[in-house]
This record gives sequence, C-alpha cells and structure tokens, in this order.
Amino acid sequence: MSMSKLVGLLSAAAIMMALGTSAFAQQKTVKIGAVFPLTGQAASAGVHAKAAIEVALDIINNAHPELGNFPLAKNAGLAGLGGAKLEVVFADNQGSPATGQNQALRLITEEKVVALTGAYQSGITLTTSAISEKYGIPFVNGESVAANLTERGFKWFFRTTPIATDFAKVYYDFLTEMKASGAKTDHIALVHDTTEYGASVAATITSAFKEKGIAIAQDVAYTTNATDVQSQVLQLKEKKPDVVIMISYTSDAILFAKTMQSLDYKPPMLLADDAGYSDPSFLKAVGKISIGAFNRSSWSVGAPGSATAIIAKLYKDKSGDEMDDTAAREMQGFFVLADAIDRAGSTESAKIQAALKATDMKPEQLMMGYKGIKFDDKGQNILASGLIIQLQDGENYVAVFPKANAEKAPVMPYKGW
Amino acid sequence: MSFVLVQVIVGGLLLGAVYALFSSGLTLVWGMMNVVNFAHGDFVMVGMYVAYVVYTLLGGGPLVGAPLATLLLATLGIVVYFGLIRDIMKGPMLAQILGTFGLALLLRYSVFWWFGANFLSLPENLVGGTFDIGGIRIQASRLLAGVVALLVTLGLHLLLTRTTLGSRMLAVAEDSTAAQLMGIRPDTMQAIAWAIAAGATGLAGALIATFFYVVPTVGETLGIVAFVTVSLGGFGSVPGALVAGLLIGVIESLSGYLIGAVYKDMVVYALFLGFLWFRPQGLMGKS
Repeated sequence: MSMSKLVGLLSAAAIMMALGTSAFAQQKTVKIGAVFPLTGQAASAGVHAKAAIEVALDIINNAHPELGNFPLAKNAGLAGLGGAKLEVVFADNQGSPATGQNQALRLITEEKVVALTGAYQSGITLTTSAISEKYGIPFVNGESVAANLTERGFKWFFRTTPIATDFAKVYYDFLTEMKASGAKTDHIALVHDTTEYGASVAATITSAFKEKGIAIAQDVAYTTNATDVQSQVLQLKEKKPDVVIMISYTSDAILFAKTMQSLDYKPPMLLADDAGYSDPSFLKAVGKISIGAFNRSSWSVGAPGSATAIIAKLYKDKSGDEMDDTAAREMQGFFVLADAIDRAGSTESAKIQAALKATDMKPEQLMMGYKGIKFDDKGQNILASGLIIQLQDGENYVAVFPKANAEKAPVMPYKGW
Repeated sequence: MSFVLVQVIVGGLLLGAVYALFSSGLTLVWGMMNVVNFAHGDFVMVGMYVAYVVYTLLGGGPLVGAPLATLLLATLGIVVYFGLIRDIMKGPMLAQILGTFGLALLLRYSVFWWFGANFLSLPENLVGGTFDIGGIRIQASRLLAGVVALLVTLGLHLLLTRTTLGSRMLAVAEDSTAAQLMGIRPDTMQAIAWAIAAGATGLAGALIATFFYVVPTVGETLGIVAFVTVSLGGFGSVPGALVAGLLIGVIESLSGYLIGAVYKDMVVYALFLGFLWFRPQGLMGKS
C-alpha cells in the first residue's frame, strides 16, 4: 500500500471515529455553560467557583455512595437520562458585563449548552441572563444577591441564594438581639462600592431598616478596586458609628482591613456582607487583623462524616482552599440545575424550565443551610436563609446567630488585630 | 485646621509618593525613547511577587526583597528591550501599544498561572509598624516607600543631568543618529535606560507590596494612576512625576474625605484635564 493511500485510510478512520464519538457524546452527555470571572480583578472568586462546579460534576458523574442520600450522588451520571454525564463548558467573563453577555451568546449558539449558570458579579449575572432569557435557555444562579435580578419578569431565570432582602432581615434580627444583650447598635454606617452588587445591597439594607424605623446614619460609597481607602476610614473614624456594615469585593475588603489597622480604627461592631469577606484569600491575607468580624453565610461544614463535610473535603482537595460560603452557594445552585435536568429526563429547554418550576427540595437534600428550595413566579427561592458567622480566631468563621444554629456565642467588641 | 484634615493630607502625601515611585520608570522610558510602556503596571506587579517570594521563602523583608526585585526587574528590562522593544520601536505607534500591551498580558497571566488568582499579603508589621506623632498616624512601610520615592527621583535626576552616562542617554533620546556619529551606541544606552526604568518598577513593587495586597491584576489597579501622574508631571520628566504624584495623592485624599470617595476620581480627572488645557506639556515637560 502506498504512503498516500495509507494516510488516506487512516484519516478516513479518524474521521469516522470522530463522528462516532460525537454521535455517542450527543446521546450521553448534557452540556451546561458556566460563566465566571476566571481572569481579571475577581479571578480569585472565579477560580474558586470553577473548582466548586468541578467537584459537583465529580459527585454527579461518578458514583459517590459515601454521600448517602444526597441527590445525584449515589449512581454515576443522571439516572433520569439513562446515566448521561454532565459536561460543563466554562467561559470567562473577565469581570465585564459585556464580555459575560458575549460568552453567554457563544455558549448558547456555538456550544449548544442546554442551560447556564454563573456569573458571580450581580452586574454580570444581569447581562448574561438577559441573553439566556432571549434564547429561552434556563439560567440557574446560585450566588448573585442584587435584588433586582429576579424583579425583571424573566421566565428562564432561577435563583437559589438568599438575596439582599433576606439578609437585611437577618441583619436586623441580629442587631436587635445584640442590642438586647447590651451592645450599642443605634448608629449604623454602610460602606459599599458602586457596583450593581454594592449599590443594590446598600439600597436594600437602607430601605429595609427604614421600614423598621432605623435610619442609616452614614453611607460611605467608593469605587471598586480602590487604590486607597484612607479617606473613607477617616470618615468612619470621625463619625464613630456603632456598627459598620461592609459590602465589598475582595480587593477592597483587604485594603480596608489593612488601612483600618494602619489608621488604628476599630468600629465596636463590624458586620460584613459576604463577598470579599468570605473569600479564602481574604482570610489568609488579613484574617489575623480582622478578628471579631461578623459575616453572613449559609454554609456550615457540619459533623465529620456528614455529606457536607465530605463535599468540603472534596472541594479542598480540588482547590487547595477551605470551602467558603460563595463557592458553596454556587455549587448548590448547580446541583439544583442538575437535579432539574435529571427530573426533566430531557435536555429540552421547556422541560427543564418546567422541572425547575416544580423544584421542591427539602433541607436534608441540600448542602446549604436553606430551609429548602422552591421558586416563586419570579424565579427566586423562597426558602433561602442565612445565618451570621464570626471570625473569632482570625482563621475560620463560626456560626453565632441565630441561636438554634450557633456553634459559639457572639463576641463583642470587634477586636481587629 | 482640623486634626483629621492633617491626617488626610499626610495620608495623601504618602499615597502621592507611592504614585510617584510607581511612575518614575514609566516616565523615564517615555523620555528616553518615546515608548509608552503599557506593561508598566505589570512590571510593578512582578516586583511585588518577587518581594512576596523573598518573604515566604527566605523570611526576608524589603531590605532583601527590594534590591533583589530591582536587580531581577532590571534584567527583565534588558531582556524585554532586546527581545521586543528594539524591534517594535521601528514600527508604527500602534505596534508599540499592542506590543507592550501584549507583554502586560503575558506577564500578568504567567504570574496568574504560577501563583494562582488568590490575593496575597505580606505581614502588616514587616516594616516597623506605625508611628503615632501626636495622634497623626504614619505607617512605616508607606514612609519608607515615600523616602525611597524621593531618593529615586533625586538619583534619576542627577543621573540624567550630572553624569556622562546621563548625557549619553539624553543624546540618544535627542537624536540617535547624531549620537551614533559621536561614538555613542544607541542600543546600549536604550538598554541601560530600560534596565534602570524596569529596576525602578521592581523597587516600587517590592516596597508597595509591604502595605498593599498582591494579586496578578494589581498592575491594572495601580497602572491608570501612573499614566495620569506621568502626563500631569510632563512625559519624560522625573521630578515632574514626583510633584504630580504628590499633587494627585493629596487631591484624592482631600476630595475623598471632604466630598466622598465616589467623587474623588472625578475631581482628580477634571482637574487633570483642566490643567492640560492650559499646559498640555504637563507640569515640567518640554513644550
């Protein structure tokens, strides 16, 4: 046989094999798109999100009997689709709403994903989900908290995380209890950036507190990725608020912690709204000078041997970092999406959408401390809830409120360093 | 003047000195060879990582980290000059912009790949804590950076105005063909300029790392200010960059404190544009 014939035969064989596998793949894998900030200023959050989704994929696609009755863990693949495997196509939003939108478009039209998840920053989830809405592709978000995301009358957008309004309530209850136990909580300052996340969470807290008759005494807004926050810290230092609520992404949260130390400013109580304060790299970088910071969370690692503890271990092996609330919420969102596809028994958009609408998960089926998952007409999980955690040792958060879930009693005042 | 206001101004001056330190390398490269180095911020970022590695591996502070970062970055500067800049200087302006921008991304994502995306931080007390002078707080690490900024500016200024090497470098900047006829090798002079400029960024990075977080994208966060500082000071003017840096630092701090942090960039940029309207060559640039 001549060389050219051999090459021809070989390539024909290769093409047939490629065709064969792709036909096989179409049958046996379900593609989901995941848009996260894998590069850019928020890359730290994006990389952790990717690790979280990959752990979820491992749990779904392989048999994990050690997780007991945790949904989708026992057998390999999705039982509802004859053991089909999930495949996630990751896309990088680079921290830009426009890029997020383009990536969503690419995932839907080029990669033909059947559903989307992401996109970390509320401002990017906003634009990204607008594309999936237009194309009629289900979008499940597990982590973006800006209230307006589920106020747009969207039919294809579902959100599992508790949102700003839920947290505002938790903060109010927490502060009320702290006040009852003798802490001063009258003078409240909000420190927030001007992103979709920062601005909307600040606005939600302000109006929720106003309804309860509490005026926010000081509002310190700044532009995200600040090069310097001395003037903001000095504004706080001068007004001496009893409680400072921090609504910041990681870079700014770290800079605030460093600057507060160098200007020797400690508010009596520092209450952080997740985001930067939950980033494991925040804890490593400045945890030791942020001792006593309160934060919100819906994640708790649980008793050794429990499903959550095993998941946390898998995550740590994958990412090298402890599971944090944000990564965990992203993972939970992804499980809910996978569960809906499994129940739909189909990759048709409308069937997945119907399955999502019918979602009714119980607390024991979840890895998060939610009261369950059930979506209202707007696509918001009405059973989402959270608790207050505190960084008592500068390394790990412990649950301190509400009492029923508390591992330790809250410690006052804020110690800092 | 109120007490807090003094603290705000002191903070602004210290911040401004950092901006100046951060910008000196950028203005030098521009002054020597009319190249705008978009990778500037990422050179500083690499300097910050050198300081971080020195601390984590050797337990050394800026006394070890800063000289090492200066040396390493100076070497990188020479490599970059011969590997990239020398060729793209012959091309159109766009080639310089895209070339150095590409270099920025290469540096950023090499570090990203190596160290990951996590935010890192050096211990807060690596440089002797914080001085409290009658209630005015001055962070030792920022003060050190400020003093070094002054020394670097002075050193570069003296180098350019008082030494043969400086005269040769300026001669090449002025007219490289004529300089070549006088027996000066433009390539060598420009490589030296790159080495000095990149060394200065390494030094800046190692010092900034003692009070700022370290992350692969940090060059982007600080980079924009460097460009404003350099254009306000006058492209190519090292003392100009110092004055401009201090000015921007104080204006930022004051407007951030008095009007609000959201508006401080607006104030800085409005004043900046207004100033360029009257004096497009910047504070100390040649018209």
